[in-house]
Amino acid sequence: MAEGRVVGIDLGTTNSLVAYMEGDAPVVIPGVDGSHLVPSVVALDPIPAGGGRPTVTVGNSARKALIQTPERVVYSVKRLMGRGLEEIQSELKLFPFRLADDVEEGEVPRIQLGELKFTPPEISAYILRQLKRNAERFFGAPVTQAVITVPAYFNDAQRQATRDAGRMAGLDVLRLVNEPTAAALAYGLDRAKVGTIAVYDFGGGTFDISILKLRDGIFEVQSTNGDTHLGGDDIDNLLSAIALDEIYAEHGVDLRSHPGAVQAVRKAAIEAKIKLSTEQTAHFDLELPNGDRYQREIPRAVFELLIEPVLERTAGPCKQAIKDAGLTPEQIDEVVLVGGSTRIPAVRQLLDDLFHLAARGKKPHTELNPDEVVALGAAVQADILAGSSKSTEEMLLLDVTPLSLGIEALGGTVARIIQRNSTIPASATEHFTTGVDGQTNVAIHVVQGERELAADCRSLARFDLKSIPPMSAGLPRIEVKFLIDADGILKVSAREQRSGQAAKIEVKPTYGLTDEQVESMILDSFDHAEDDFAKRLLIEARNEAETILSAVERAPGSPAWKQLTAEEQASIEMARNHLNAVKQGEDSSLIRNATLVLDQATRRFAELMMEAAVSTAIRGKTMDAAGEEMGDTVTAPHAMAPAEFK
Amino acid sequence: MKVLDSAVPVACWSCSIGHNDSTLFCPNCSKIQPPPGGDYYSVFTLQPKLDLDLTALEQEFHRLSRKLHPDRFARALDNEKQWSLADTALLNDAYRTLKDPLRRTQYLLKLEGLELGDEHSGKDRKDPSRVPADLLEEVFDLNMQLEEMRMARRSGEEDPALQAGLSEAKARFAGMMQAVDSDLRAEWKIWDAGDATARQDAQKRMVALLDRRRYLSNLVRDVTETLGA
Repeated sequence: MAEGRVVGIDLGTTNSLVAYMEGDAPVVIPGVDGSHLVPSVVALDPIPAGGGRPTVTVGNSARKALIQTPERVVYSVKRLMGRGLEEIQSELKLFPFRLADDVEEGEVPRIQLGELKFTPPEISAYILRQLKRNAERFFGAPVTQAVITVPAYFNDAQRQATRDAGRMAGLDVLRLVNEPTAAALAYGLDRAKVGTIAVYDFGGGTFDISILKLRDGIFEVQSTNGDTHLGGDDIDNLLSAIALDEIYAEHGVDLRSHPGAVQAVRKAAIEAKIKLSTEQTAHFDLELPNGDRYQREIPRAVFELLIEPVLERTAGPCKQAIKDAGLTPEQIDEVVLVGGSTRIPAVRQLLDDLFHLAARGKKPHTELNPDEVVALGAAVQADILAGSSKSTEEMLLLDVTPLSLGIEALGGTVARIIQRNSTIPASATEHFTTGVDGQTNVAIHVVQGERELAADCRSLARFDLKSIPPMSAGLPRIEVKFLIDADGILKVSAREQRSGQAAKIEVKPTYGLTDEQVESMILDSFDHAEDDFAKRLLIEARNEAETILSAVERAPGSPAWKQLTAEEQASIEMARNHLNAVKQGEDSSLIRNATLVLDQATRRFAELMMEAAVSTAIRGKTMDAAGEEMGDTVTAPHAMAPAEFK
Repeated sequence: MKVLDSAVPVACWSCSIGHNDSTLFCPNCSKIQPPPGGDYYSVFTLQPKLDLDLTALEQEFHRLSRKLHPDRFARALDNEKQWSLADTALLNDAYRTLKDPLRRTQYLLKLEGLELGDEHSGKDRKDPSRVPADLLEEVFDLNMQLEEMRMARRSGEEDPALQAGLSEAKARFAGMMQAVDSDLRAEWKIWDAGDATARQDAQKRMVALLDRRRYLSNLVRDVTETLGA
């Protein structure tokens, strides 16, 4: 096919990766520094000396800035994707996100980064653009199409926000794939796997569990569950908080209000956590501003006790997923581990308890690199979509929607219309009517979640069915079709059945950016905004010049021309020659000035033409015919009213 | 006599050759077609029946998924993409409904024009007029026990005897549900094999069984919630 490659992207909370299918094996594309992982960290460089827009850096270089200029750096932005202001309050307490102070209720929150403000999708777009550039550098060719992974438990708004980020980064997002499902694709690629597997994906900021049935290349998700705000981040925060408290208690130094110092403590906590996956003990050793040292030994047993509540939060979703799949733990043939946090030995112990592995002589499947497997699976899905390779032509992924879709009914209860774990695409058709005579609008509130009351579910959108033909109450029959597409995103259409008229729907997403907002945030146009603007000005100026020039060319043939003095005629010719000379130049303001001069030189001529046209009309011709006779000889110069140039 | 096809030929958007509108692919050029108008059974080219071969149904679901899924149309024309999405949604909705014994029974009864209780709201849970006559006494006792249990919970007391009684009641009602399920299966066979009159009678019995089952399932849920609270 003529189209270029489709890449697979794992847009992670902590790290992001891009991969592609090389022959029949997925491969991660390295960055300039040779590393596979691009830390999901975005930094704004200082404003350049001469002024202008500061550069945005992504990845390892941005991470370096975290301790020196924490106010210009953001990480773990995935936690904010698709969420409203009141939803992120708990995150704000734990993460150094600096919200712009003018953010209002109902808006997409903006993060203050140095002098500038960014929405979470924009920050993610910078990460995606870096991955796109890495891939382009690797292939030596443009990359425009991608598959991006999202946590299986992401709701509609979080998915939409991810799609928006892709668009801002200049990527045509062919599909959003759930992370555990992508991992299953990578797991099941090289062998004709048959059986039931559970994918336990415990990453930096999100937790998912998915249960799949594999048969003849069909990967059919049976159930999924999770927590989009649970991950290794929580462990890091827990350890940092303890260290900060102890430093304050033992050394009287309060580092909590120093973002740079907090980041240094956090870095030490992460290092200790990683070490404890392989060693029995880890050490904290930090030099404090007052010259003291904070030294602390953490035995693995203590660490495990500390993180137990965090790990325990993954157990409930696992049990629910097994139940929803209609299975018992014994019916699960293999448990595949995904995400860096699954390196923690205590996680493996927990899985053993949940799935009764040791009793059945089994162990969790850990052959795949837990940091890379999601990106590799995304590359497999990209290959399936490209439809160009033998190795994946028999493979097909059938995924499910993680959350039930419902409509707010009378009394604030929820009427479920699509159950969770329904295979997507899925649809539901509902009928609505009016409650008052002559009513022409019906409002519908769509929610996502498992709770009984709409107020306890996640509000997705409010739809206004408009232009319903006025009828008696209860008579209109409006059919609304809800469709969850293969990305897990809701689409709605409506029709009034009695009149056969398509009802107009105004969708107001509860959270999220409008199409226009996304358009205005597209990164490339942002980068080239100044260039593009200059080009546009030049094109407009040339068009205006051509219009007036063609009118002036025809002027000598009209009777009004003869009424002009030789001097007036000469000044028109001079202005015309001048405009002809400058119009091929690159300077739009020169062209505009020359156009203005010619316009003024022809003013009296235009007035004479107008008078002639009016007297023609008075002599009995119709105004229309007069207008025709005037042609653009008159109207053209005056379409460019001089007022515009003042 | 039942006319299965609408017998209105539709021209294929791609090759313009007419075909009847209940097909997912043009018989002539094999291109994907807009969603056909038929019911869920016709998606699987099945006659309406209740006792289904689930293995065959799954195989057919996989075979059609391979051909219809949007993943197969990622680089196709816009209209093909749209139809792939709509057709796959129809296929998935049909499979979800037909593979589940209860949903399948409800669906078939609705196809036959019968009115069923509203399955997606819990509004008839507490309606005493819907209590099956033979359960009246037991339900009355159960509600007393549930109320006692809730009051005990609120005052922070544990009453093991009450708890055991409720667990026992829960098991009893769950057993009744199983009995309903096996009664339903018996009715399936009657419906599938029967003539119009036998079907009419079986339908009426199935509506009653579904009502009873929904009532029992709500009771079990209430007990589970109270015990788990």
